[in-house]
Amino acid sequence: MEETRLILKHVGKGDPLSFKEYAAAGGYEGLRKAVAAPEAVIEAVSASGLRGRGGAGFPVGLKWKTVRDAAADRRYVVCNAEESEPGTIKDRVILSGDPHAVIEGMAICGAAVGADRGFLCLRAGCRQARDTIEKALSEARTNGCLGKGILGSRFDFDIGIRAGAGAYACGEETGLIESLEGNRAEPRLKPPYPAFAGLWGRPTVINNVETLANIPVILRIGVDAYRKVGTEQCPGTKLFTLCGNISNPGVYEFPMGVRLRRLFEDVGGGCPNGKRLKGIQVGGGASGAFVTADLLDLPLDMESCAAAEIPLGTGSLMFFDEDADVIALCRLCMAFFADESCAKCTPCRYGNKRIADILGSLLSGKGREEDLEQLGKLSDYVSRNSLCRLGQVAPTPVLSALRNFRDEFVKACASQKTVTA
Amino acid sequence: MGSTALTAQQETRLRELVTECKDVPGALLQVLEKAQEACGYLPLEALALIADGLAIPLARVAGAAGFYPFFSGEKCGRYVIRMCRSAPCHVNGAAATLRALEDALRIKVGETTPDGRFTLQAYDCLGLCDRAPAVMVNDTVFGPVFSGDVKEFLTGFE
Repeated sequence: MEETRLILKHVGKGDPLSFKEYAAAGGYEGLRKAVAAPEAVIEAVSASGLRGRGGAGFPVGLKWKTVRDAAADRRYVVCNAEESEPGTIKDRVILSGDPHAVIEGMAICGAAVGADRGFLCLRAGCRQARDTIEKALSEARTNGCLGKGILGSRFDFDIGIRAGAGAYACGEETGLIESLEGNRAEPRLKPPYPAFAGLWGRPTVINNVETLANIPVILRIGVDAYRKVGTEQCPGTKLFTLCGNISNPGVYEFPMGVRLRRLFEDVGGGCPNGKRLKGIQVGGGASGAFVTADLLDLPLDMESCAAAEIPLGTGSLMFFDEDADVIALCRLCMAFFADESCAKCTPCRYGNKRIADILGSLLSGKGREEDLEQLGKLSDYVSRNSLCRLGQVAPTPVLSALRNFRDEFVKACASQKTVTA
Repeated sequence: MGSTALTAQQETRLRELVTECKDVPGALLQVLEKAQEACGYLPLEALALIADGLAIPLARVAGAAGFYPFFSGEKCGRYVIRMCRSAPCHVNGAAATLRALEDALRIKVGETTPDGRFTLQAYDCLGLCDRAPAVMVNDTVFGPVFSGDVKEFLTGFE
């Protein structure tokens, strides 16, 4: 099945760092339009129906308008490239394969909201990507697309790279701001939202890499052409990370609303070694919902997923075959959240650890029937009472697995045998 | 935290760093990153020097350094092996690879070999889900590395 490559158009072709190649394919055309008529940008982005691709799905035009209209002496643009949840690598693919698209998206955003400074926040251990982006930034400066008086206009904008130090809490927007300010990445209480008081108290746009990479496309091909792709409520494409027990793992781009089955069978090539598909973890990655193979006909767009109570998240699809133990997978996810909790609020700090412990005792054959009730209650409590979104979504794998793979939990309580898988 | 004193060269580098960044708002994490590059890890002496130079309380500096997994308070081996243990790698045999690494190196996760060559760490997602099970050695990524590949894999770092 053919991909629809709006965002990945240049990825894997030619030299990703070459300003010339990017510009020859219509690159920085959007920025030219934006500096000529900045007030038209937010209108176009709103009309395009673009929603954030980092997991929350917030309307991008509305976020930008809020920042532009907030009274302030300075505004900032932050690109959240702290992609660090297990099971999602799309942002890395965009940034290393087509850094100019993200740079252009940030500069257009700066022109639209009236910001003169942007920060690109990379995840830790991305040294190679960092060198790539640094080179792309300097090419953009040499060619007048960053710096003072962009493309002959009166608009100034520049971008600095900030490398993260490996904390998952940086993926949360206020956690990211704390880390930019040199602190522990402990998310802040909202409101105030970053659009009103973000970095150093100034109105700040924080967008995901994929979201920003959509911006030049919208301005280049126009709102009408953009809205022809995807669904009415959810226009455009989505990048999906296929991983786990799948023959062709990787990142693929398809219109919003593509069926999960198409991705599993035609693109992913099914499970390797002729194994049977047992289920899929769908969503942001470790915070995704565990669903059975019966759900393969689900259309993957924000509305359809929300209706099925499954998060579309970042578009992570982790397939697992008949040999996988769902409880063991749940425990891995919860151990991740227990480790990565910033420890600011109690439900997330202790709750996720306790959930992981109960799953561990189920796996070692010490589970009791009442543990299941406790597991459900505790997961529900953590998701309702955690301070930030990261804590709120952490128990999703357990809540969904208890619903969709209940038999396995019941069996684990009955059995006294240790599962090692 | 380690107690080894800094070499004169490292101390000079750290003093340069704090002088460069003294007036840059929010520079602490960048200073810590460069300090770790210079010293290999972040001993208490380095944190104290940074706190003093940037005029930030030592507790805040140590609090930030301790928060982020990338910063290490312990001296590591020349080769830091990070093995991914997240679900996408797990279903592709990461646990077996990790066991094979422990056996081949005769250390447990979190330890360093007595000759100071290897440190073995289990890591939550290296961002290489398309190459599961994935391993990172210092800044270089590898994958897939199955348990049967481990012996040969390690000969690359003699």
